[in-house]
Amino acid sequence: MYTFGLMLNNDRHSKESVTLTFQSKRIASMHDTLGQRSNRMGRRTMAAIPLRLVLASRNLFHDRIRFVATTVGVVFSVILVTVQLGLYVSCQRMITAMIDRAQADLWIVPMNARSFEDNGMLEGQERFQALATPGVTDAIPLLAGFSAWRRPDGGTTAVIIVGISNDRPGLRPWNFVAGSLDDLTIPDGVIIDRSYFKRLGITGSGQHAEISNQRVRVVALTDLIRSFTTAPFVFTTLERARHFLGVDSNSSTYYLVQVSPSADLYRVRASLGGNLSDAEVLTPKEFHDRSLVQWFYSTGAGAALIAGAILGIIVGTVIVAQTLYSSAKDHLNEFATMRAMGSSAFYIHQVILCQAFLSAVIGFFIAAILAWIIVQATATAAVPVIMTPILTLSLFILTVAMCALSAVAAIIKVTRIDPVLVFNR
Amino acid sequence: MNTVAIEAIEIVKSLGEGAGQVLVLKGVSVSLAGGELTLLMRPSGSGKTTLLSVLGCILSPTAGVVRIGGRTTTGVPPEELAKVRQQHIGFIFQSFHLFPTLTAEENVRLTLDMRGERTLAALAKAQQALTTVGLAHKLNSFPQDLSGGEQQRVAIARAIVGDPSVILADEPTAALDRENGLAIMGVLANIAKDPARAVFAVTHDPRIELFADRILSIEDGRLVGDQPRSGRLS
Repeated sequence: MYTFGLMLNNDRHSKESVTLTFQSKRIASMHDTLGQRSNRMGRRTMAAIPLRLVLASRNLFHDRIRFVATTVGVVFSVILVTVQLGLYVSCQRMITAMIDRAQADLWIVPMNARSFEDNGMLEGQERFQALATPGVTDAIPLLAGFSAWRRPDGGTTAVIIVGISNDRPGLRPWNFVAGSLDDLTIPDGVIIDRSYFKRLGITGSGQHAEISNQRVRVVALTDLIRSFTTAPFVFTTLERARHFLGVDSNSSTYYLVQVSPSADLYRVRASLGGNLSDAEVLTPKEFHDRSLVQWFYSTGAGAALIAGAILGIIVGTVIVAQTLYSSAKDHLNEFATMRAMGSSAFYIHQVILCQAFLSAVIGFFIAAILAWIIVQATATAAVPVIMTPILTLSLFILTVAMCALSAVAAIIKVTRIDPVLVFNR
Repeated sequence: MNTVAIEAIEIVKSLGEGAGQVLVLKGVSVSLAGGELTLLMRPSGSGKTTLLSVLGCILSPTAGVVRIGGRTTTGVPPEELAKVRQQHIGFIFQSFHLFPTLTAEENVRLTLDMRGERTLAALAKAQQALTTVGLAHKLNSFPQDLSGGEQQRVAIARAIVGDPSVILADEPTAALDRENGLAIMGVLANIAKDPARAVFAVTHDPRIELFADRILSIEDGRLVGDQPRSGRLS
């Protein structure tokens, strides 16, 4: 029938070219041709969409209340998992930000230091031992320790002083929104993060406060350099930091070791580690992982976040499974008819999996919009929810997997259908 | 003589287990040739639908052999049997069993989609099948917008679109009024003119006997009559 239609169309064209009929007739014919072409395109589209997908979508949308329940289940689940994992990523970044940002091939840390904020102290000879090790080009001191910040309006709060060598590579503050690193040369200069203004009693650059009863002046501001301990980071020069923390002029918390590109990092590390008695030599990755273990798993904070995410997945799976199962039960007669007509079990499974996939995509899309609003709303919060492209993609895969898993019960149900049912109903 | 499309030899079928076991078919033999419309008559409970299920490879016989297109279906695993049904058999059910969320054209095309036919040709075949049953103007109608007779026509189009060698119909006119019932039988009789296709309908409706080439009678699980008819209506 279709071929016949095409022949008619071609025939009309050939006649036109020979007889040169009136212009109006030709326009009318062009309209016809365009109409047929668009009709053909529509037919092609119709044929191209797999019917199992059409059937799955119509079954899904047919019962609107059940569809809403499924979508709410997926959305609720995805939001819960997003918030938990978003907080996990956020905390992870806060815990390891200093380690990840520092330019160091190796870290010399006090023996058994568990995280960046651990208050151990190195006496200073470690630096010379490092510099004496073949392959080491520099060992830059870095100081970190808790102190008390006295607000201009009275009251004190705990801060973490980070003493840096501002004239050498190593660790430097980032995300400047006012001033720069060079401003640390200003007497009493410190750099704080503007997200801690309220906590520190500061409203902008140029204001004064006190650390350990010594006057300081805010000379530059950063944005979103946050601390997992909730005590704000205060960057200053190494000398000033030593002064605030009351340690002698050789003391340091860490040494950031720079290794020559031509040297073997692990050989340098072994050699250096053998020379140190009260210190350890760690790669940045090792220190990163150790910090995460300390804060996430020794304190239980990470376990709580992951447990919340798992709970979200379970809730979502149960809700979607329940709705898919009841949908499969409602359409059992149709599946039995398909089976009687000779459909393979796999074809029927595909219909259910398509339903699960559509639920996942629609639920995820709505959840992604809501999650984006949550991310924006918490951007300046103490612990913001962070979404990264990889996390978003992972969540999508997780949502699809969750919905596919939810389809198992429905698939088992329809697999057991006896097609003889069609004769009994 | 036309070729045998389906053949059942000494079919025995028991249903249930233990003390509740019932012998529904007790050695039924029947062969259906292409170009024939065969009716299986008698009241409910005589084993008609069970025989239809066995012929349609939906139920496996307890004993006996079913051959479709010369191939024995005994011992064939369920997935393979589904393939046999897909390729050789078209079903028409008493209560139509159309998919309410699909249009008439989609309901018919589903048969082809299950076989992996998903081209424009499949679309054209589905439309042709609906044209054959007189529903060219209802392609995009959903089942709830069609009358009972129209729904059964869609079911017939769905049964014939895959070009099966056997059409098995379970009480095809039971849910229809007299006029629609006769019209549906007319369509089936037309389909049965194809020498490559056998049509077998189970019914207890005596009004449609006129359309048959052959009438079988079953009673208490045994075939008790096999009468050829001449000059059928179509």
